[in-house]
Order: sequence, then C-alpha cells, then structure tokens
Amino acid sequence: MLNNIYNIFFIPEIFLACSSFACLLFGLFLKKNAFRQTSNLAVFVLLLTILLVYYDSEPNFANYKSLFSHSSFIDFFKILALLGSIASIIISKDYFLGIKLKNFEIPILFLFSTLGMMLMIASNNLMSMYLAIELQSLSLYVAAAIKRDSISSAESGVKYFILGALSSGILLYGFSLIYGFTGSMNFDDISFYLSKYDNLNLGLIFGLVFVMVGLAFKVSAVPFHMWTPDVYEGAPNSITGFFAIVPKIAAVALIYRFCLVPFENFYLEWSQIILFLSIASMFLGAIAAIAQSNIKRLLAYSSIGHIGYILIALVAANDDGIKAASIYMFSYMIMNVAIFAILLSLKVKNEYLINISDLKGLSRSNPIVSLSISIIMLSMAGIPPFIGFFGKFYVFIAAIEQELYALSVLGVLASVISAFYYLRIIKIMYFDESKSEGIINFQISFQSKIILSLSLFLIICFIFYPSLLINISASLTI
Amino acid sequence: MIDWPLVSVIIFLPLIGAFIILFIKEDQLTSINIKWAALLATLGTFILSLILWLQFDYSNPSYQYEEKFRWFDDFNFFYHVGVDGISLFMILLSTFLTPLCILASWNNIKKRVKEYMISFLFLETVMIGMFASIDILLFYIFFEAVLIPMYLIIGIWGGNRRIYASFKFFLYTLLGSVLMLIAIIVMYRNTSSMSIEFLQGNYFSYNTQLFLWLAFFASFAVKIPMWPFHTWLPDAHVEAPTAGSVILAGVLLKMGGYGFIRFSLGMLPEATEFFIPLIMTLSIVAIVYTSLVALAQTDIKKLIAYSSVAHMGIVTIGIFLVNQQGLEGAMMQMISHGLVSAALFLCVGVIYDRMHTREIEFYGGLVQRMPLYATVFMIFMLGSVGLPGTSGFIGEFLVIVGAFKYSSYVVIGAAFGIILSAVYMLYLYKRIIFGTITNNKLADILDINTREKIILIPLAISVILLGIFPNLFLDPMRLSLELIITNYEIANAK
Repeated sequence: MLNNIYNIFFIPEIFLACSSFACLLFGLFLKKNAFRQTSNLAVFVLLLTILLVYYDSEPNFANYKSLFSHSSFIDFFKILALLGSIASIIISKDYFLGIKLKNFEIPILFLFSTLGMMLMIASNNLMSMYLAIELQSLSLYVAAAIKRDSISSAESGVKYFILGALSSGILLYGFSLIYGFTGSMNFDDISFYLSKYDNLNLGLIFGLVFVMVGLAFKVSAVPFHMWTPDVYEGAPNSITGFFAIVPKIAAVALIYRFCLVPFENFYLEWSQIILFLSIASMFLGAIAAIAQSNIKRLLAYSSIGHIGYILIALVAANDDGIKAASIYMFSYMIMNVAIFAILLSLKVKNEYLINISDLKGLSRSNPIVSLSISIIMLSMAGIPPFIGFFGKFYVFIAAIEQELYALSVLGVLASVISAFYYLRIIKIMYFDESKSEGIINFQISFQSKIILSLSLFLIICFIFYPSLLINISASLTI
Repeated sequence: MIDWPLVSVIIFLPLIGAFIILFIKEDQLTSINIKWAALLATLGTFILSLILWLQFDYSNPSYQYEEKFRWFDDFNFFYHVGVDGISLFMILLSTFLTPLCILASWNNIKKRVKEYMISFLFLETVMIGMFASIDILLFYIFFEAVLIPMYLIIGIWGGNRRIYASFKFFLYTLLGSVLMLIAIIVMYRNTSSMSIEFLQGNYFSYNTQLFLWLAFFASFAVKIPMWPFHTWLPDAHVEAPTAGSVILAGVLLKMGGYGFIRFSLGMLPEATEFFIPLIMTLSIVAIVYTSLVALAQTDIKKLIAYSSVAHMGIVTIGIFLVNQQGLEGAMMQMISHGLVSAALFLCVGVIYDRMHTREIEFYGGLVQRMPLYATVFMIFMLGSVGLPGTSGFIGEFLVIVGAFKYSSYVVIGAAFGIILSAVYMLYLYKRIIFGTITNNKLADILDINTREKIILIPLAISVILLGIFPNLFLDPMRLSLELIITNYEIANAK
C-alpha cells in the first residue's frame, strides 16, 4: 500500500490536518501578536497544501478504501478552494485588527473548514461526505458567531447553526434511504447497483430528493437560501467574505459529483430538481437584490444568483457543463475576492462600509477604487469584455449543447434584471452628487493590495489570453 | 497592399490614447493636456482610417486587410478583423465623428474631463472594433461593450433626468443583445464556426432560421431603433451631452442597420424573406408615426431624435427590399443620417451652450444675430429633408426607386414620410431662425466661433460632397452589397 510510512504526511489532507493542530498550539503559546503570526502561518500552510495537491503523492492510499476519490476535477476545485481561502485570510487580516477582534482561533477555524471542504470535494462515500460537510459547517458556525460581544454576530451564528443542523438532518435521512435501498454507501457501488435498473424506486427517489434539499441548502439555492442574507449581514465583514468566497466552491463541486457520479444514469430524476433550483435562484437573486441597501445583503443575493447560473451548467450535464462550471467558479471566486478586498478596506467615518448609499462621492475622493468597483460590478453582471461574461458564455454554450433553449433564454433574462442592481452601485458612485466628500477612507495593506491587483488583472485581462484557464478546465474529468 | 496590422492599429489607437490619458495629471482649471491628447489620438485614428479608403480594392467584394489569430483553444473563436465595402464607411463615420465630438466638448464639459475623454476614446475603440469584426463572438463583445462608456457618458455628464435615461438605455439595449448571444451560440453549435464570412452561406434549417432571425431582430430593432422599440431613444438623446447625442445618432444607431445587413440578410435569407412584410409594416408605421410625433415636440433635441427614428425607417425599408437600389440607398441613408443628425445635434449644442435651454419657444429670429449659424443649420436641415444636392436625397431617392419593385404602398408610405420630414424640419427652422428677436435674452447671442466653425464646416462639406458625388461612396460598397444580394437570391430560389 504505502511505499514509505512518512509519505503519509505528504497527503494534502493529512498534512493540512496536522498543520492545523500545529498552528493551534503555535497560537496558544504565543503571547504577543498571536493573531497576526497565526494568520501568516496559516497562509503558509495553505500554500504548501496547494503544492501537495498539485504533486499528489500516494493517490491510492489517500483514497482510503475508496472513501475518497481522485480526479482532475477534484484537484482543480481543491486548489480553487485553497486559493480562495488564502486570499480571504490575507484580505481580512487588517479588518480583524481594525475591529479589535484578535482571536488567533479565527485562522485556525478557516484552516479546519478548508480541510472539511477538501474532504467534501474529494468524498466518494456518503459517510465521508457527511462527516466532511459537518467538519466544514461546524467551523463556519463558530466563525459566524466569533464576535462574541455583538448581538448580530451571535444571531447569525445561531441562525446558521439551527438551519444548518436541520439541513444536515434532512441530508442524513436521505443518505439512510439511499443506503437502505441500494445497500451501499460508496458512490461507485451505488452507481453500479443502479445501473441494473431503468427506474428509481420510490424510496430512492425520496432519498435523492432529501439529499438534494440538503445540498441546495449548502449552495444556498432558492428556496433553501433563507439563511444566506441574514448570515452574511450579521457576521463580521471578513467572515462574510470567507463565506462568500470559499464554501460555495466546495458545495458546488460536491453537488456536481453527487449528481454525476452515483446518479449519472438517472439524469431525468435529478435534473428536474436542479432545473427548478436554478431558475428560482437566478430570478430571486436578481429581483430580491434590487431593494437592498446593505452591501452585504446585496452580495448575498448576488451569490444566490450566481449559483443559479452554475446549476444551469449542471442541468446540461455534459463535458461542456463541467468546463463551464469550473470557469464560472473561478471567475466567481476572483470577483468576490476583489470586491471583498475593497470592502474590507473602505471606512466611512471610521466605520467599515455597510450601506451602499455611503459609496456616494467615492468616484471623486478615490477614483481608482471606484473604477475597480465598477469593473467588478460590470463583470458580475456579465458584461463583456470582463471575465464574468465568459463564465456566463460557457454556461450557455453548455446549455445549448444540451438543447436547453428555454432555460438559456430565462438565464439571460435574469442576467438583464440583475444588471440593474450592479449598475445601481455604479450610479451611486458616479452619478449621484455628494455634499460630504472625503469622509470615505481607503486604507489597504500591501499584501491585500497584491491580492486585489492580481484579481483585477485577471478580471480585465482574461480576454487577452483565455486559453490558459480554458485548457485546464477543458481537461477536467469528474 | 499594407503589410502591417492597419485595422488593429486603428481599433486600438484610441484605447492606447485612453491609457496615456489615465496617467496625465488633471489640472483643475482647463485640463488642456488631456483634451489635446484625446484630440490627437482621435485625429491620428481618422488619418489612419483614410488610408483604409485610399488603399481599398474596389474590385474585391469580400474582406480586405484581414488579420486572424487563434484566440480560444477549445472553440473556433478567432481574433479576426477586416474591412469590406459595407464596414468601410461605418468605420470612417466613427473615426470622422469622434474628433468632432472631442472638439464639441472642448469647453462645455467642465467636470471630470479625464473620465470623459477616456470614455470617449474607449467608445471609439469599441465602435470601430465592432464594425471591423469578422468573428461573431468578437462582434458581440464589442457590441455589448459599447453600453459601458455610453452609460457613463449619459449618466455622468447628462441633463436632469440622466439617471433614468442611462438606465433605460442600458437595460433596454442589453435585453435585446442577450437574446442575440443565445442565437450566436446556437449558430456556433450548428456549424462549429463563428466566422461571419463563412456563415454567409445558407446553413440553417428553415425553422432554426426563424428563431435565430427573431433573436437578432430583438437586438438590432432595439438598436436601430424601430417602432415600437424606440422609446429609449428620445430619453437617451435628450439627456445625453451634445457629443453623446452625436455619437448615439451618428454611429450607434447604425450598428442596428449594419447588423441587419450582415446577419439577417447575409446569414438568414429564408427567414428574412418570411419576415419582410413585418419589417415593411413596422417601418412605414415608424416613418409616419414618429414624423407626426416629431411635429408636436417642443424640445429641439427631442424633435431631432424622433426624426432619427423616421429616417431609420427609410433605412430598414431599403435594407429589406434586398435589391441593389434599396441596399445602396439604405447605406447612403445611414451615412447621410450619420453626418446630418450628428451635425444637427452639434447645431443644437451651439445654441444650448449659449442659452442653456432647448425649448423651441425660447428662440426665434436667430438669423438676425447669427447669420453664419443660420447658413450651416440650413445646409443640415435641407440635408435632413432630402433636398437634391445634399446627402439625404441620394439615400431616400434610391430607396424609393428600389421600393417600386416591391410594392407601391411602401413607396407611398415612404414618400409621405419624406414630405412630413420636410414639414417638421422647415417648421423647426422657421421657428428658431426666422422672424425678429422677441426674447430679450437673445439680444447678445454671438455667432459661431472658430472652434465651432472647425466642427461644422467639414460636416457641411461632406454633406454636399455626398450629395453631388455619391459614386465616391457607392463604388467601394457596391460589390460587397451585390455579394449579399446574390447569396440571398440563391438561397431563396431553392
């Protein structure tokens, strides 16, 4: 099995788990600057993990009796989640110091949750999938409530926990039904068992529906999205940034794998559910965001809308769909990294920015920042020549390949509606006259600046050399 | 021929200019450096685009100056640009009008000059790029990217209701163009090619063509605009700053006509044949209805905006006649309208800069104080009416000649519209220019200054040139149009 016993530490997940404990001890014994040092260490650990994922030693042992699986799709999403995690730790460091929330546990929680996500993406068994989801979620529940003296933070943590526990329960019930009717927890075995039948029996359909509900909750697809705006709003901004950037990546990868591996032959059964989730998410995301005045709630609805588009590619269920999902997820990640890097550095009258209307006059006091926000917003709205357009473009290519014409037309209509609220932000920055100029402060640390510039560079310059990302995503197999 | 990438240079020169302006320090009083940089960049682009015309091979109906690079590895999308007889004059129109717009904004844009000039230069790049694209995806990217600078130009430097107008403009046109995106992907899926050149054969089944045609129609009918999809236009025109209206009327509306020729006629001939009666009906309604609406306007800009819709009605009739005279007439009418309506908006801008109102009632008797202004205004007004000897005549005449082959009802409708256009334009001219000065505020109004002369006189010359020597413009485009007509007839003869 194992060539060398020490190679076990080169398995990315095991390495990340051990290093997370090491980081915890490291933080515990530090007297001064514990938060800053632990964050730096966490970033370092995550970088090493990316390398390990890339070199991927001992893949057979790492699958561990096929509890987990290996494929290029899994590796791509793992790296995406790790990159998102690194970016969000770096951009949130100054924010935490700014609001005097210096618990060194925060980066540790991020590490554990990232570990959970990596396991989630790779899981090939109902049991490992459930445990990974729980590891990820429990860390996030704590992270949402980390600001202990703030009522809204505690509220968001509790809300997230209760609804999350409920969805986990539903998920587990679905698992038990699937196990009961197929006699196996392993994805491949389930697939093999099901390949003997033409139809799913009633119990399996129930199981499938329950699992879909649980997963829809994790990706916050409508109608299981209720928690998203509230949790985004209540949690500290930097935690919201993490929520927006990373867990979605893992949850999307998981829902893709769950639909396309064990149930690949029962496309009709699950595609109806996904189809509904997709349409509802796109439209609710687009319409509900219009009325928001809080930027975090707006971004919550925007992320719900984006999930709708990614699910279109899942309904397409072809190679183009997988490619589209990876391109879309990549663009989603860098757009969110960029917008949160800016939001976490903007202060209005010494308070971090919350209300969209406070952006008024930003184009005067900070032309470069407002230009960056505009570019990100146009990219999110899917206006060419920015990367967001190509994400949507590939999604629609996948959908039309599968002859989903009506769904594509609905998708583009929703994108027009959503363009309205993205444009509204540009309008507030550029068109509205403001009397109180200069109250907005933009202070950004050197490291966040690098992250921000890099992601803006990718957003703008993707069009000049798209083949790099596209060749990678074209080669992915689930 | 030319062995360096002329078309790409023309496309990206304004963008490079914009990039340089980004690093010029804005001085608060005049921003003179920025203005000169913008002017030089646009003038350079114009001069380069003249080379396109001078070196143009009149005997070649297909694309010239082609450049092609692989762009995406997984699909057949190329960076593929070139110029043929149809796009040549659209590009020239864009490069000709943009320096004039920069000059027209020289003094009346006082806030955020830097952003303004960057928007305009970006807009120019996008417009030229759109007309020069041979790859449909590239075309689409430019087509939609036009919305970004135009949205900013209307929204930041516009009038009182600028926010409403900019949102309406953006969302309305976006709604049209996203449907086109779906159509483009469907086309790609059927043929595995995105080349406009390649797709100008007949590759789609009849039913597919009908749906594709409707999707393209949604996008171009909004853009051109056709009645009843024209409602964004008066708002956008009235609220945009002068230069914004000029580009909007001069170039952006032509994107719709250009798209109809390239996509509807070129790629979907059988569906076009099916929908011709619809287009003719809508066009005639547009001509008559919007002319009557124009007659009732009290705002000069709004009047000219409605007249644009009417003129574009003539263009759509000409395009969908699909014969030599009709298409040539439509192209001439587009070029002529690009010059004339741009000039009319500039003329309105001249008096608006002085008096800050566009109400027709406010003015009257301007000829007493502004004789030169009255003269150039008259040239453009007559050009708009279509007096022989001006550019407007050629287009309208050719379209009407062509329309006789199709149906005399169309001729009657179009001719009625032309009469109405004479009515509202002459009536407008009478109210603004003639008579005695009754409004005391106009007593000190000054005639056009040197800068305004530099803007208006080239336009006046080209309006007359186009009217007297139409062959100068018709010869280069003739073969390209014939190619489209031949393909169309072969497809429909089957």
